[in-house]
Amino acid sequence: MMSRILMKGNEAFAEAAIRAGVKCYFGYPITPQNEIPEYMSHELPKAGGSFIQAESELAAINMAFGAAASGGRVFISTSSPGIALMQEGIGFIASCEVPVVILNVSRGGPGVGGIQPGQADYFQVTRGGYNGDVRIPVFAPSSIQECADLIYECFDIAEEYRNPVVILADGMLGQMMEPVDLPEARGITPVEKINEKKPWAITGTDNHPGRNVVYSLRLDPQVLENHVHDMFERYAKAEKELVRWSDQGLPDAEIVFVAFGTMSRLCVEAIEILEERGIKAGLIRPISLWPYPEAAFDKIGKNCKVVLSTELSMGQMLVDVKAAAKGRWPVGLINRTGGMVPSSIEIADRAEKALKEAEK
Amino acid sequence: MKKKLFFAGAGGQGALAIGQMIAKAAMDEGKEVTWLPSYGPEMRGGTANCTVVVSDRPISCPLINEADMLVVMNLPSLTKFQSMVVPGGTIFINSSLVPISSNRTDVKVVEVPANEIANKLGNDRASNIVMLSAILKETGIVEVETIRHELEKMFSGRKAKFLPANLEALKSYLD
Amino acid sequence: MKTVFEPTRGMVPVDTSYCPGCTHGIAHRIIMECLEERGSLGNTIGVVPIGCSINAHHFMNVDMCESTHGRAPAIAAGIRRVHPDQVVFTYQGDGDLASIGTAEIIHAAHRGEKFTTFFINNAIYGMTGGQMAPTTLIGQKTTTSVNGRTVEQAGLPLKMCEIISQIDCAVFVERVMLNNPANIRKAKAVVKKALDIQDARLGFTFVEFLSSCPTNWGLAPKDALKFVGENMAEYYPVRNFKTPEGF
Repeated sequence: MMSRILMKGNEAFAEAAIRAGVKCYFGYPITPQNEIPEYMSHELPKAGGSFIQAESELAAINMAFGAAASGGRVFISTSSPGIALMQEGIGFIASCEVPVVILNVSRGGPGVGGIQPGQADYFQVTRGGYNGDVRIPVFAPSSIQECADLIYECFDIAEEYRNPVVILADGMLGQMMEPVDLPEARGITPVEKINEKKPWAITGTDNHPGRNVVYSLRLDPQVLENHVHDMFERYAKAEKELVRWSDQGLPDAEIVFVAFGTMSRLCVEAIEILEERGIKAGLIRPISLWPYPEAAFDKIGKNCKVVLSTELSMGQMLVDVKAAAKGRWPVGLINRTGGMVPSSIEIADRAEKALKEAEK
Repeated sequence: MKKKLFFAGAGGQGALAIGQMIAKAAMDEGKEVTWLPSYGPEMRGGTANCTVVVSDRPISCPLINEADMLVVMNLPSLTKFQSMVVPGGTIFINSSLVPISSNRTDVKVVEVPANEIANKLGNDRASNIVMLSAILKETGIVEVETIRHELEKMFSGRKAKFLPANLEALKSYLD
Repeated sequence: MKTVFEPTRGMVPVDTSYCPGCTHGIAHRIIMECLEERGSLGNTIGVVPIGCSINAHHFMNVDMCESTHGRAPAIAAGIRRVHPDQVVFTYQGDGDLASIGTAEIIHAAHRGEKFTTFFINNAIYGMTGGQMAPTTLIGQKTTTSVNGRTVEQAGLPLKMCEIISQIDCAVFVERVMLNNPANIRKAKAVVKKALDIQDARLGFTFVEFLSSCPTNWGLAPKDALKFVGENMAEYYPVRNFKTPEGF
């Protein structure tokens, strides 16, 4: 117990990334994730890594590409409009089959929007603004402990799948503090060992057989199609192996909330409020947003009258909830947007109303 | 046991800091805690507040609909937040800067002349620690020793010169 | 029999895909010869741009990666953080470096990044079919300035060496031209010097090559080289802008 440290989500992400053996961090100031570049600027060099405050998010994602293509373990973070700027780079990195871990501490949108918590980047991170056939595994933590645990693991996932991995948090998770048990420090892979783990990395031809080139351009359509098929073989594996969720109360629930991140915690309290009113409610909390945990919906029991996608957007995850529900239950939406966060009472009231309508 | 606490004041009055100290102390005493600040674009001034939940069990929700205890360091915070306190709850008011009392009759009101006491101790900036002293005396939510230990860690090195005044401030309601 | 000439091992022994009369091949070769002569081929990492020379990694016999348009200097900065001891360079055209990638090149110079940028200035977008570049000369006809570039419409051409040399942490800045054998030999000596200064880790090093694009200029290769030596060199003075002490 005494080893626990009270940390902000942003600090936990940063410290856990350092402990995961990150070699490079590149960032650009944007609220509400500024604690991360600040923390990395003074702590990463102590651990033997490098920090650059990039001139823009565009530069940051490309610095990340260069460092990762040459074999470094790389972490970058930003917030919603910053991810918009990085989209070309994210697609390019996926096409080049290079691992990078990208954190979005999202805020209210659209546009410059506001700086309060939002989840309206769901389409942005699960569908992406990059061009071409690309999928990006996306994970959404809901506690500070999970922030630390997930980012620590995401570097291995990115390297195994040779693909960018995105973590989607929100301003509330970034700013709040909870006790954290930090994972042990792994240390940075020395430069002379890079090609043992990453034979493809561009390190200089003295370090590996043949010549390494990291590239995206394939002008021959057949060659490009084959490449995309290779990528999708890995994505098919991801759809089997990277699905994560947690759930509670599904077998008996009349109302099933589906919520990720901060919103899932409000739903847990809404479930307690509904219980006091004699209504049984349950929760599916997707941890992986892509691949989406459709299998979780098979655990919903016979009593279910309505499934409610509960989110800080105009109903983006709703699309995936409807697909997963496969018409088995009516699907509704409980939402706020623009940086507004509903209270647990508001969620409970709206859920109770939705239940009554479903029972009509 | 689950306690929901709310701390509010002007930016720079240290409301967020004492919220964080209580959260940290409660964690060190083996409790589950969450600390959630309001955040905005301004660096100083404006209002600053934070929510602290302390519980024996895992805490689902870091946001609160009502508070067992409210701490206000300035007048706008009192007017804005006093209605969120549960009947039978407690409101701590920094009476040095808040000229009126609460309009609530169903709660306990503790008036703390935090700035006056801190001034007498020679460090106006320790007014939040005076408030913390009053909170500890009234509620016993965490042990004084845990907080003392934290202050010692916080005011070390270059900041060590501020430790005596803060330790004095911590004693103000407890001796 | 005595061998009097061998192609550099720095070039992959294949035909390049560049147009007849294009000077990319010459620029590639002198850079690779320098790397070979100093024994650096095995510990060099290069970054290619978007543009005709995105294909450079098919020809340059070192570890390389592609870049998104204009971002090669950011990518090289990332590579440098992982590989403090290797030779790192970017190879960029004028659309890439002087238009879409201005922020990245300025800030690489501003941070004094310890890599070398080879800047190929042929005053036009080659790969996309001959559109106006920031470096296109006044009066020069392109597919987006069919009556010739005018100051009113597009301003005056951007002089990158002059801009980069204003930045304190850019320590070596020189413009060369690839219009005849004598100037190519001079250019090679400048490339070697830039790489030596990179080795000394003194700051950012930048070499601009005035180059030709006969296809998009609508000139025969020989006339294109004449255009480089007369028209381009008149607007873009061929000279050293900055050299650190001791070099």
